[in-house]
Amino acid sequence: MARAVSTRRTAVVTVVAWIVALLIFFPILYTIITSFKSEQEAIQGFNLIPSGTLESYYDVESQKDYFTPFLNSVFLSVGSTILALIVAVPAAWSMAFAPAKRTKDILMWMLSTKMMPAVAVLFPIYLLFRNLGLLDSRAALCVMLMLINLPIVVWMLYTYFREIPGEILEAARMDGATLWGEIIYVLTPMAVPGIASTMLLNIILAWNESFWTIQLTTTNAAPLTAFIASFSSPQGLFWAKLSAASTLAIAPILIMGWFSQKQLVRGLTFGAVK
Amino acid sequence: MATQQTRTLARAMLAPSVILLFVWMAIPLALTLWFSFQQYNPLNPIRDGFVGFSNYLLFLHNPAFLWAILNTLTIVVGVLLITIIGGVALALLLDQPIWGQGIVRILVISPFFVMPPVAALVWKNMIMHAQYGVFADLARALGLHPIDWFGQYPLLSVIIIVAWQWLPFATLILLTALQSLDGEQKEAAEMDGANFFNRFIYLVVPHLARAITVVVLIQTIFLLSVYAEILVTTNGGPGYASTNLPFLVYQKALLEFKIGQASAGGIIAVILANIVAYFAMRAVGKNLDR
Repeated sequence: MARAVSTRRTAVVTVVAWIVALLIFFPILYTIITSFKSEQEAIQGFNLIPSGTLESYYDVESQKDYFTPFLNSVFLSVGSTILALIVAVPAAWSMAFAPAKRTKDILMWMLSTKMMPAVAVLFPIYLLFRNLGLLDSRAALCVMLMLINLPIVVWMLYTYFREIPGEILEAARMDGATLWGEIIYVLTPMAVPGIASTMLLNIILAWNESFWTIQLTTTNAAPLTAFIASFSSPQGLFWAKLSAASTLAIAPILIMGWFSQKQLVRGLTFGAVK
Repeated sequence: MATQQTRTLARAMLAPSVILLFVWMAIPLALTLWFSFQQYNPLNPIRDGFVGFSNYLLFLHNPAFLWAILNTLTIVVGVLLITIIGGVALALLLDQPIWGQGIVRILVISPFFVMPPVAALVWKNMIMHAQYGVFADLARALGLHPIDWFGQYPLLSVIIIVAWQWLPFATLILLTALQSLDGEQKEAAEMDGANFFNRFIYLVVPHLARAITVVVLIQTIFLLSVYAEILVTTNGGPGYASTNLPFLVYQKALLEFKIGQASAGGIIAVILANIVAYFAMRAVGKNLDR
């Protein structure tokens, strides 16, 4: 009897949850559907069944050159993440395993840099980029993105490293391991999962960064954020193409995001919620 | 066993991060501060020079400034209200046993991974468009007149789009917090005859308080600097109806080349963010002591 009631309850909750979830997901779903329509179909009113044509995808690539911004996005997000890890892993390691009196202050200060609004430094940075001829330069933008996400990367790595028990290090030392031996054979294997999650989250954040990537690029270095933003100028109705470009722009990161749900919570709350 | 050698090494490992972040923060900020006391116009360099606080006065007396501050705060408060209330409701819903829970979760969190320009353009063209949008189709099907969202309710439209992007974040964090709630406590409360409402007020809300604080603080940091959503939908208009502080600073600096005023606006944005940051740091800092 109780079981029947709880099954019915589960059924009701399931139906409600699915309806809500589909409503929230709807804009994305509809974008994917519209990307398989022709331009005429796209503006003919609400229709969930597309004709399945691939012409929008073809047009996006042939008319708008989708591939260059896509490669730029890959280069910028992966490149800036690797740069950030190179700088942040030693820092987080030293703060987690050799904390000093000021470690906490330094961590808080790093976090505070993340809170500085980007507009406050828009003009100096713009001027610097312009005068050094770095506007529209992939490498310079890569460094920018690295600096923007560095505090989050240090923090995330720190919260992961802090969970590695210090006794293990002492045991290794007693067994005569050198400092480098410690790092390579003891710490690295335990740190890899944390580093991987940090990397994943940081790639997502860098991929979607839409202030500096739009301000500091024009054509050569423009990633997908700037490419999509260029669709906002009213040049007529080309929603099927917009949908195709959007679908391609969000698909890789959507899939990565699904795999990183748990790390996302931890990373974005600086370890405050796990 | 921290020897002198280890300590030196630790410092050397920390140095690159600290130096990089310091340079990246201090130099541009100092420049902005300097520009905020200068008349500086790359298009008209004759009158350049030190002008004291007049940039701040110009910026503060600009009618757009009041709009921008008001709009900035409206976006923050509006999105926070929607995402917290919606997030708690969704987290409670998703915490129940559901068939296909994994897929439902994936669907709900997806909007967070959509880059802001895509989110804004999709909503602008395919959902809220006054003629061809899904909302317009829906209104016509119900026999109503379609609404011109971006013309009539520009700020509300921006808030809806931004809230859609951040609802998953709030939901995910609140759900994570909810799942750490002790099952035995819930059972004990049920045995003692506490109904759903009482359990919610006396058990769930206190447990979620910390997570809600975190959501509020982190979202506020990001919501204070909403930019791409405004750029691709309303472009700040009509008039200043949907211009927030970051957007106003961007307009002054890169469209009008009023660098002094833009810098003054930037410094005001920093002060605003610092007030928020002060509370954020305290809340996150507590976690370190645990």
